[in-house]
Amino acid sequence: MDRVPVLKLGDLLIVSIQIDLQDQSVLALQEDLADKVVETGARGVIIDITAVEIVDSFIGRMLSTIASITRMLDAETIVVGMRPAVAITLVELGLSLGGVRTALNLEKGVALLNHLDGARAVTAR
Amino acid sequence: MTSPSELPISGNSDVVLIRQQVRTVAVEVGLSLVDQTKIVTAASELARNALVYAGGGRVRIEIVHNNVRAGLRLTVSDDGPGIPDIDQALVDGWTTGNGLGLGLSGSRRLVDEFDLRSVPGEGTLITVTKWAR
Ligand SMILES: Nc1ncnc2c1ncn2[C@@H]1O[C@H](COP(=O)(O)OP(=O)(O)OP(=O)(O)O)[C@@H](O)[C@H]1O
Ligand SMILES: [Mg+2]
Repeated sequence: MDRVPVLKLGDLLIVSIQIDLQDQSVLALQEDLADKVVETGARGVIIDITAVEIVDSFIGRMLSTIASITRMLDAETIVVGMRPAVAITLVELGLSLGGVRTALNLEKGVALLNHLDGARAVTAR
Repeated sequence: MTSPSELPISGNSDVVLIRQQVRTVAVEVGLSLVDQTKIVTAASELARNALVYAGGGRVRIEIVHNNVRAGLRLTVSDDGPGIPDIDQALVDGWTTGNGLGLGLSGSRRLVDEFDLRSVPGEGTLITVTKWAR
């Protein structure tokens, strides 16, 4: 089974999916991310799916699960780079990716995380 | 390429191979990028169902023609427990596992033709077709 690498960049974790996702790889990624968020104290996770050609119900459910898990560990997950054909197919499949924040690309994803972090700092005051 | 082809569904890596093969044939048939994505996604759902609920099965991938168009047809079959209530299985959100219950109902929306036959105790046969526009 191929493992998807998780990279640390400052206080962010970056995951760029470059392989054809097999179910086991998706499950492993979920566990790796949970561990890494706690280990590094990351405040955000960006999952780049630019290279992902399809998101089916299994992969979609895992993206939602990852977002819920990291949120519980005080880190926000943003999915970036979804292809238009993938978005159209997901909606028709009936998957809403509830609770998953998205941004068009990596740069916008980082900007969104910074914005969310700012909002969080204000609320905490 | 050689058409039709038949691939086994006996492990998770087969699901990935099936997706790749369906993509190749979808391009060959001339499906649009969106339609390629839809039929590959449907193939992934149906193959995973065969694996999870029937312990495996097989998929036939073929190019078909009607009077005006070419299309891609997938026939996913297994010798598993079958589906006792097909109407119920096709309801969004219905699951006996721990999925979202969207695989069957969602796949039906993603294709142009969808046919599901199942005999309890004998197995399930699902045929889907996507026509090039
Ligand atoms: N090949 C099959 N053999 C036997 N039962 C099946 C088969 N395919 C589907 N089913 C039954 O139909 C139900 C609905 O299937 P469907 O693919 O829509 O949802 P799911 O697999 O439960 O969840 P999801 O696909 O959203 O992850 C399944 O829970 C299962 O009970
Ligand atoms: Mg399913």
